[in-house]
Amino acid sequence: MKEIDEIRADFPILSRKVYGKPLVYFDNGATTQKPNCVLDAVDEVYKSYNGNIHRGVHFLSDMSSEAYENAREKVRSFINADKREEVVFTSGTTGSINGIAFSFGERYIKAGDEIILSRLEHHANIVPWQMMCERRGAVLLVIPINDNGEVMLDEYYKLLSSRTRLVSVTQASNALGTVLPLKEIITAAHSINVPVLIDGAQGIQHGIVDLKEMDCDFYVFSGHKIYGPAGIGVLYGKEKWLSEMPPFQGGGDMVDKVTFEKTTYNELPFKFEAGTMNYPAAIGLASALDYVSSIGRENIATREKELLIYATGRLSTIKGLIIYGNSEKKISTISFHIKDIHQYDTGMILDKMGIAVRTGTHCAQPVMDRFGIDGTVRASLCFYNTKEEIDTLADGIEKVKSMFA
Amino acid sequence: MTIKEVQDNIIEEFSLFDDWMDKYNLLIDLGKDLPVIDPKYKVKDFLIEGCQSKVWLHPVYDGKLISFTADSDAIITRGIVALLIKVMTNRSPDEIIATDLYFIDKIGLRQNLSPTRSNGLLSMVRQMKLYAMAFNAKNK
Repeated sequence: MKEIDEIRADFPILSRKVYGKPLVYFDNGATTQKPNCVLDAVDEVYKSYNGNIHRGVHFLSDMSSEAYENAREKVRSFINADKREEVVFTSGTTGSINGIAFSFGERYIKAGDEIILSRLEHHANIVPWQMMCERRGAVLLVIPINDNGEVMLDEYYKLLSSRTRLVSVTQASNALGTVLPLKEIITAAHSINVPVLIDGAQGIQHGIVDLKEMDCDFYVFSGHKIYGPAGIGVLYGKEKWLSEMPPFQGGGDMVDKVTFEKTTYNELPFKFEAGTMNYPAAIGLASALDYVSSIGRENIATREKELLIYATGRLSTIKGLIIYGNSEKKISTISFHIKDIHQYDTGMILDKMGIAVRTGTHCAQPVMDRFGIDGTVRASLCFYNTKEEIDTLADGIEKVKSMFA
Repeated sequence: MTIKEVQDNIIEEFSLFDDWMDKYNLLIDLGKDLPVIDPKYKVKDFLIEGCQSKVWLHPVYDGKLISFTADSDAIITRGIVALLIKVMTNRSPDEIIATDLYFIDKIGLRQNLSPTRSNGLLSMVRQMKLYAMAFNAKNK
């Protein structure tokens, strides 16, 4: 694996200062920073071969289209999907889940049907299903979590029934860091022929995702959380579902033949890609996936685990600091609260020390309600972070404590 | 003092500090000193919800002037609330409606009032003006 200094040098933003202090970036769960190769790839599109994809007869359009389709192939191979037809580009995880919720609902859901989610879901994997359920008269069921912030599998098994139409859960909790037992969740659902959607927004950047092995029916993630540009996401769906589901948006490029009487749709994956897609971002994402592969996904997982253990140990020694989410299996995200100090105050002061963390409910209010709190401070680390930065955070927290004492 | 004079005083007070930490320490002190709102007003009707911190704001109108009491669950927010109250309390509705709040920007706390910050402060200023308009309407 590359040395940490070399890795950090790949990310120009990491060497900047904030309020005169070296930046400590611990908000990777919200978005990750971009390596030079990604910035260059996007720059290159606009500088040398920008043309709208799938439309032109001209040189630039051909070149853009090819790079865009190569990006699709890159994603396919990165997640080990069966076919490129199963990889649809979207605007992000939220766009992907909204699309699936709409189309799946239109095709398969009727009154009284049930959808199962977990208590750990991000609002993006709750609200689209609520909207769909309201439209179709279906019902949402929620897998509860225990005090460690883990889903309770026994309770999940009890929720599965002949009324279940889909299970949609996150790979890892954005608010607590818990990694979910996907194998058990998927196997149980499949045993009664229920498809499963995995929200990979907080999963794919932390280790190997092999969809042939995972065998989920849908997998979604965002480019900007895996070192790629914002505004691009992926919706993977098994062909048997995607071919039956109707499009969720109408427009150009997704059609086969249009008359005012009837429109027939283009083949997969184009049926789900209406209008001009964010092809420069897709091309940037491909470059990000190459970068991640070059570092090595196992290396990333190992390094992040080391950082998680170090940070958990370091923060645990701080008096009055409570960590929420104590599962054995976690991504490198630590959610905490300091006794008698509002998370907003902590975040504001850490910010002035150059430390970027997220505060609040992390778009996961049901998780906060479960623990009876109105928010936490979240430090979400990734492989380019260092133990020294964790020390800076720990010192910063002590400083916060002294200021608000 | 006019609203402008109060704002200029605050700007001068903050200009003594170059360091961010000192500015925030001052805010924290101001927050701790904020006259506490009567607990009976810390209810939903007077709550201004942000996704980061909460603010409660209660107006009293004596027919001439409006006075405000307020509170927040975060101390830094409470410090800024204390400053806003210093500027806006015991003013006529017309004064409040016409107020241009420039001091926040000048003391380097603009970040706290951006629409995306959602700590309730921007809504608090809006709410103060709405109360002023409502009291004005009642007068006419």
